[in-house]
Amino acid sequence: MSTFKKTTLALALAGATLATTAQANEVEVLHWWTSGGEARAANVLKELMEAEGYGWQDFAVAGGGGETAMTVLKSRAMSGNPPSAAQIKGPEIQEWGELGLLGNLNGVAEAEGWDELLPEVVADIMRHDGQYVAVPVNVHRVNWLWANPEVLEAAGVEMPTTLDELFEAGEAIREAGFVPLAHGGQAWQDATVFESVLLGGQGSEFYQQALVELDPEALGGEQMIDALEDFKRTRELMDEGMPGRDWNVATAMVIQGVAGFQLMGDWAKGEFTAAGLTAGEDYLCAAAPGTQDAFTFNIDSLAMFRVSDDEEREAQQALARLVLEPTFQEAFNLAKGSIPARPDLDMSEFDSCAQQSLADFQSTAEEGGLVPSMAHGMAVRADIQGAIFDVVTNYFNDADMPAEEAAERMVSAAEAASF
Amino acid sequence: MKNTSATPLGPAAKRSTPSGGLQAWLPRLVLAPSVAISLFFVYGFMLWTFVLSLTSSRMLPSYDFVGFGQYARLMANERWWVASTNLMIFGVLFVVICLAIGALLAILLDQKIRQEGALRTIYLYPMALSFIVTGVVWKWLLNPQLGIQAMVQGWGFESFRFDWIVDPDMAIYTLVIAAVWQASGFVMALFLAGLRGIDDSIIKAAQLDGASLPRIYLRVVMPCLRPVVFSAVMILAHIAIKSFDLVVALTGGGPGYATDLPATFMYAHAFTRAQIGLGSASAMLMLGGVLAILIPYLYSELRSRKHG
Repeated sequence: MSTFKKTTLALALAGATLATTAQANEVEVLHWWTSGGEARAANVLKELMEAEGYGWQDFAVAGGGGETAMTVLKSRAMSGNPPSAAQIKGPEIQEWGELGLLGNLNGVAEAEGWDELLPEVVADIMRHDGQYVAVPVNVHRVNWLWANPEVLEAAGVEMPTTLDELFEAGEAIREAGFVPLAHGGQAWQDATVFESVLLGGQGSEFYQQALVELDPEALGGEQMIDALEDFKRTRELMDEGMPGRDWNVATAMVIQGVAGFQLMGDWAKGEFTAAGLTAGEDYLCAAAPGTQDAFTFNIDSLAMFRVSDDEEREAQQALARLVLEPTFQEAFNLAKGSIPARPDLDMSEFDSCAQQSLADFQSTAEEGGLVPSMAHGMAVRADIQGAIFDVVTNYFNDADMPAEEAAERMVSAAEAASF
Repeated sequence: MKNTSATPLGPAAKRSTPSGGLQAWLPRLVLAPSVAISLFFVYGFMLWTFVLSLTSSRMLPSYDFVGFGQYARLMANERWWVASTNLMIFGVLFVVICLAIGALLAILLDQKIRQEGALRTIYLYPMALSFIVTGVVWKWLLNPQLGIQAMVQGWGFESFRFDWIVDPDMAIYTLVIAAVWQASGFVMALFLAGLRGIDDSIIKAAQLDGASLPRIYLRVVMPCLRPVVFSAVMILAHIAIKSFDLVVALTGGGPGYATDLPATFMYAHAFTRAQIGLGSASAMLMLGGVLAILIPYLYSELRSRKHG
């Protein structure tokens, strides 16, 4: 056969494979890793799958922190045609599990020793009814404080380690002519700052009681009122142009030296990296003030749907195995700014912030202090999270609402859960 | 014309021949599919939404009926009242200001001025933009650190404040500003078309009677334009009630949820908070609100036109 014929044949075959819908040994993966670095990272997984002879049908849905993707997923599930795998996180995994739509990954979990590999808190989220139904992709830390060292120097302040120090440093930065704390006034960002401030001021045990277990006494108690008052004080560190600002614009304020600090999860690192800055030199990272012994996690995961086709199930199992393999974990997390979901990897490739994140992840997993992020849908169901968001953002933006009233509303927000 | 002539005109002639029967039925046959489709997709889905609003549906539709429980939850929901109040403020101001500015512009343009075509285009142009673009541009203009306030302060008026967009009590009015800017030109075009359709002799007669120009417009021309006002109100009211993209682009519902509208409330609950039942209930109340305004108005307009 001449090369020409080979080429045409190859092209024809390629065309044929492009034109098909989900084939037998193929997985269709719904996700929203659509930004440049994320898309490249997801592509690593695709290549790993193809190297093992499985097909990968990409089903990326951009927009809205996955809201759009979830809407698409719901319509697909309702029409009885869900994808093989979808990016679903936190308590939502339980919701899908209750609908009886998720497949079982226990085989892979046993063969790969997930029980030993994953911290119990993480493994718990991946299981529904004691059966593994999802696989963790990464671990984001939410309680980070980012800082511009030049601004700190100009104001003559150090990285704050307590909330009081943060407010003191903030005043000095304000006097030096900078914005102390860069922030975007959107509900989820308000909630991100709120949970870090609550964690820093009241500790992880209270965090667990209030924002995870929704204990009404904790939600309406003195400690909550203190936390809300601390949270309101952070407003004095912000600039008046914040309402509606996107988080990455706030990060850019730190990068450009307009602002000193930002409280944001480690996806902010992607912005610093894109600007060509080096962690520890051009920008600083530290646990949010007062949260050195705590770790608010936000874990992306892929849940597997129940499929009837044996070959597709086999491909699903392969996908679940590959997601936790070191190759993918390293490539993906380097691109995303997060840390691997398994604590046993070599971290020499990662920057100092990621190494600290992993060290804190391991120590908090052993000593307690590893808590799910409420602001990022890891702690409570979407409806309760939304109700808490409403209270937090409304209180933060209302000059006249006393903290006592906001605490009362917290209690009713947690009770207003649906039928 | 006699009935025996074989012209296809006249309903009486049609009914007497088989082909005439087909001709009478043909338009209905042609229209039937689209009517059926719109019945199903509009009214069928309205009905489905109503059914869902009676269930405890969360992430996916379920048919576990809870009566009017979702409506009770909605009534107890603080944010829903904020959204409804906002719609009242926004809707009334938007419609009234648009009508006033649109009518005024049309009257001024109607004075046989030069360059009328160019001016008309300039005023009408905002309508060509999407609300997303309008929202983003006004977001920048109104931002105290980027827009108008920063500019005026830069001229030396240090005490100048224009920070409505970051003030929870005033933010709703920024929506009105942006929406009025977008839609006034369109209302102007409607009125201009109406004005051109008025017979000159009426105005001349009024002038002979010694009426002043403002008086002529107020007492003679405007009453003639009732149908135009009617169409304008119809169009503006539905723009106001459907407003979603403008809020998302301009304020994102913020500060807090001070600029939430029923449409954004519905979207947030049905699609991001796994509250399809509650979202459906709010959608039904929106529909009820629209009908409560439109039906009396339609009734009075159509009845007066029959008698008028």
